[in-house]
Parts: sequence; structure tokens; C-alpha cells
Amino acid sequence: MKDNAESYVTTDGRTIGPVVMEMKNITLRFGGVEAIKDISFDIREGEIRAIIGPNGAGKSSMLNVISGFYVPQEGEVWYKGSRRPPVKPYEVAQQGIARTFQNIALFEGMSVLDNVMTGRLTHMKSGLLSQMIWRGAAEREEIANREVAERIIDFLEIQAIRKTPVARLPYGLKKRVELARALAAEPSILLLDEPMAGMNVEEKEDMSRFILDVNDEFGTTIALIEHDMGVVMDLSDRVVVMDYGKKIGDGTPHEVRNNQAVIDAYLGVAHD
Amino acid sequence: MNEQLAFTIEVFANGLMAGVLYALVALGFVLIYKASGIFNYAQGVMALFAAMTLVGIQNGQVPFSHLINAIFGTDLHYFGWDVHSFLAILLTVGVMIVLAWAVQRFVFRHLVGQEPIILFMATIGLAYFLEGVADLMWGSELKALNVCAAEGTCLPQGMNTWLEGTTYEALGYGFFIDNLDIVASIVAAILVAGLVIFAQYTKQGRAMRAVADDHQAALSVGVSLNFIWILVWSLAGFVALVAGIMWGAKSGVQFSLSLIALKALPVLMLGGFTSIPGAIIGGLIIGVGEKLFEFLIGAPFLGGATENWFAYMLALVFLVFRPQGLFGEKIIERV
Repeated sequence: MKDNAESYVTTDGRTIGPVVMEMKNITLRFGGVEAIKDISFDIREGEIRAIIGPNGAGKSSMLNVISGFYVPQEGEVWYKGSRRPPVKPYEVAQQGIARTFQNIALFEGMSVLDNVMTGRLTHMKSGLLSQMIWRGAAEREEIANREVAERIIDFLEIQAIRKTPVARLPYGLKKRVELARALAAEPSILLLDEPMAGMNVEEKEDMSRFILDVNDEFGTTIALIEHDMGVVMDLSDRVVVMDYGKKIGDGTPHEVRNNQAVIDAYLGVAHD
Repeated sequence: MNEQLAFTIEVFANGLMAGVLYALVALGFVLIYKASGIFNYAQGVMALFAAMTLVGIQNGQVPFSHLINAIFGTDLHYFGWDVHSFLAILLTVGVMIVLAWAVQRFVFRHLVGQEPIILFMATIGLAYFLEGVADLMWGSELKALNVCAAEGTCLPQGMNTWLEGTTYEALGYGFFIDNLDIVASIVAAILVAGLVIFAQYTKQGRAMRAVADDHQAALSVGVSLNFIWILVWSLAGFVALVAGIMWGAKSGVQFSLSLIALKALPVLMLGGFTSIPGAIIGGLIIGVGEKLFEFLIGAPFLGGATENWFAYMLALVFLVFRPQGLFGEKIIERV
């Protein structure tokens, strides 16, 4: 058993930090359907943690539990060393967990820059009046927030479309803007719901590069759901494999790849 | 100066002033529509309710006195004190905030994610409910509204004699402008400036625009939908109060006040449902348009009374050529 509070080196040779979030025996039901059955796993600081599984395995439900959109019937969520009571999605965001959506949820009417700036909302603390007259703390804060936003826009190479209304952008770029907005919150954990769904090969490569760079450059802890097995195996430090709402594997990509249950359920590779 | 021209200018100026009053009502619609996509039919009744509450508090009326008297056999009508206008306005703002909370808590929280038409129907129900509550609370008789900062400095009534005198000396024609209209314009200008700054530059304003655009995305960046909706309904309540004061001071607080909401509709179609400055510009165009049309075309050629329908006709023309209004958000769609 590894110590939750200590860093350790995975069998792939990557050093990852102490546990920042732990899911304990989570069960989620919709009426009579059990979407998640008694699943436990942890997310460690600075790692890229993937959740994979076939369609309907409960991956997105799991992500929605972490981000507060669903409340599990059983089980505990531990975040930063204490048990998290049932919370609303906006409270989760305020606690430093940012996310993207499978079907993209952007503010279509706003420009790219405005969208990214909304990611800074949780960092704005100055009073309403001082914001309205644009003096003192509000001015400094806005400038600082704008700097963070611009740095992320730079980093994700979307400077050219800063002022473009999001509704005009193609799909791949929208995905990137959504990532930028989530990053702007400077989250402790970044949740990505199928960041590469529906992308062509080139866009996938770009997105993989950005995810790795974000993890590298900002040290952001990332938990992601992805269908594309190749991408997952290349990107992630550790992988949780789900099938029919149950956890059937957990470990480094190498370990998971050689796990017989996973091979049977998901990879569909011929036994040899 | 040419008499006819001078008179036209006067009509124009009076149209502008009338437009400001329309715009004040339209503003409340825009706020709620912007933040929640709800077309709030009850906005006019909210103005009525606010004005009645203000008068009631000012006069020290006992709320629900008929009900209380009927149940307990008492004969209570007035507390017997007069509340200073400033304090009364503050108290009314408080009442409007409680109303905003109640509307959110008991009506719209249960309708999250429903079709716009259902939300719209809910606001119609709300309008009649609120009208009934207003009646029960404060009685249905016509009341005069007088807001005074101190003894002798009330909301002015009647014509501005200074303006008439100076224009008569300078141009040989005395312009007739209502004092109250001038005050209403100044108040409206301040209100709009405040609201625009709020929506564009503050955290809450940004959150409001975020909520208007996408609920899920707003939640994911840490915005509480509930808080924003209560905030917006409170703001709309405040705007309703301002509109109620101005209209109430002009024509007395009476139940027909709730019908001004209908006059705000063409204003919204012109200005766009989502633009705060659009509400003002739309109001001005409608105000000036209907007065000038009546004066230049309606009265001489059409037998008058064109003011009743001119605004709606103009709105119809706009719907054909520019459905999003002058300042509404362009509808962008990728195919």
C-alpha cells in the first residue's frame, strides 16, 4: 500500500505527488439503473489520470460526480484531506476544480477573451462598488486577471481569435477555448470530458501536446476521459478502467494494457 | 422663428420625454431577459406593485388591512404616521428584493430547464397573482404619489417656466416641457449608465452574462445560478420601482399602470431584447415617432388617435426587416 501523503515513482518511472482527491466506494443510481457500482480510486497531485471504458461504462457519470453535477447515493469524496459534503457544481468550481464538457459548453455570444475571463470569476474578490467605479483593488485585480487570461491564450496559441465570437469558431478551436477557460481558473484539478472527441488526427495531436504541456508547465493535475486508446496510453500516468459501472483495472498504462480483465472487456485484443 | 417649425420641435422634445418613460419600463424586461431568457410579462405589474407599496409605506397604511379587519373584527387602516420618502423608498427596495427571492424560490426554481413558453406562461400567472396581492395589501383606490427629499422639494409637477421664459425671449416661442419629464430623463440616464457599467465591468455583471448564455458552462466556472437570478429579479424590481415612481407621479398610482408593460413591447422589438442602451434608444424612437406621426400625419390626415397603434406598426416593420432589433445580439449560426 502506498502512502497517501507521500510522492511515489510509478513503474513507468514518473514521480507523482500525494493524493489530492480520493473517491471511496462511490455508487450512483438513476432510478433502477446503477451507473457506477462501488468504485474507489484516487487522483494524485501533478499526474495525468485517465478514466477509460467502453460506451456506457459510467465514465462521464464519474466525472460528473467529481465536479458536483451528480450526487452519488453512496460513498465519499475526499478532497485535499477532508471529506467533501454534498456540494453544488458552482461550489466545486470555487474550490478549484475546473472542467470541460464532452459537448462543449461555452458562452457562444461572447468573444474568446471574454470566455477565458469568465474562468477568472472565482478569483475576483473586490467589492461591487469599486468594480463599478474602476478604482483601487478592482483595477489591480482586473489587470492581474487579464494577464493570466492572456498568458493562457498565448500558451494555447489562440491569440489570433481572441476577439472572435465563439459561435463562429470551428469545433476543434472551440474545444481549445474551453480548455483555456478551465485553465484560467488555475485549478487544483482539471477535468477533461473527452477532450479529443470528434477531432481529426492533426487536431488530436495538437490537443495531446497541449495537455502534456499544461501538465508540464503549470504542474496541473489532470483527470480525463477519453475513447481513443492510443492517445490515453501515451498521455496518462495512471489509468482507471471501467466497464458496466464497475472498476476492472487501475494502474499505469503498461499495467492496464496487460491486465486480462481489461483486455477481455475493452481492448478486444486476441489472446496469445 | 417659424411657428410651425417651433411647434414641431416642441412635439419632438415631448416625444423624447415620453420615450424615456417607455424606456424605463423596457429596461426591466431587458434585464430579466438578458440573464434568464424569460420574457417577464409581470414587469408592468411589478412597477404597479412597487409604486403602491411606496405610497402605502409613505402614508403609514396597514398592509392587508381589509383582510385583518375582516378576520379579527378590528377597524385598522393607518398606523398614523408618515414615513419620509427616502426611508420609504429604501423599505420598498427591501420589499422588491424579498419579492425577487420569493419568485425565484417558489416559481422559477421549479421550472429550470423548461421551454421558454412555459416560463412565459408562469410570468403571466405571476402578473395576475401580484396584481391580486397588491390589491389585497394596499386597496384598489387611486392614490397620488409624491416623493419629497425634504419639505418643499418634491418631484416637480407642471411645466418648466424657466425653459418657457428663456426660449420665449430668445426665439419668440415658449417651449412647453414638463418638469417631471426632465427629472425622469436625468434619472433614466443615471440608471442606464449604472446598469451598463454593472453588466460590462463587474464580476456579477459578467456572471450575469455568463448565465444568460449557458447555464452548464456558468456552473462550471463557479457561478451560482440561483444567486444571479435573485440578483437580476431584484434589479428588475428596482427598475420597476423607478418606473412606478415616475409614472405614478405623472398620472397617479392606479391599476392601469400595469398596462404600460404593453407599451414597452414595441420598444423592445426596436431596441432588441438583450440591449440595455437599446431599450433607451428604442424608447426614444417610439416616443418621438408616435408624437411626430400624430402631429404631422395622424391628426391632419387620419383623424387622429394614431398614438394608440403607431408603436406597434413600427415594431411590425422592424420585425420584418431586422428581427433582432437595432442593438440585439446578431443571430450567428454555423451551418
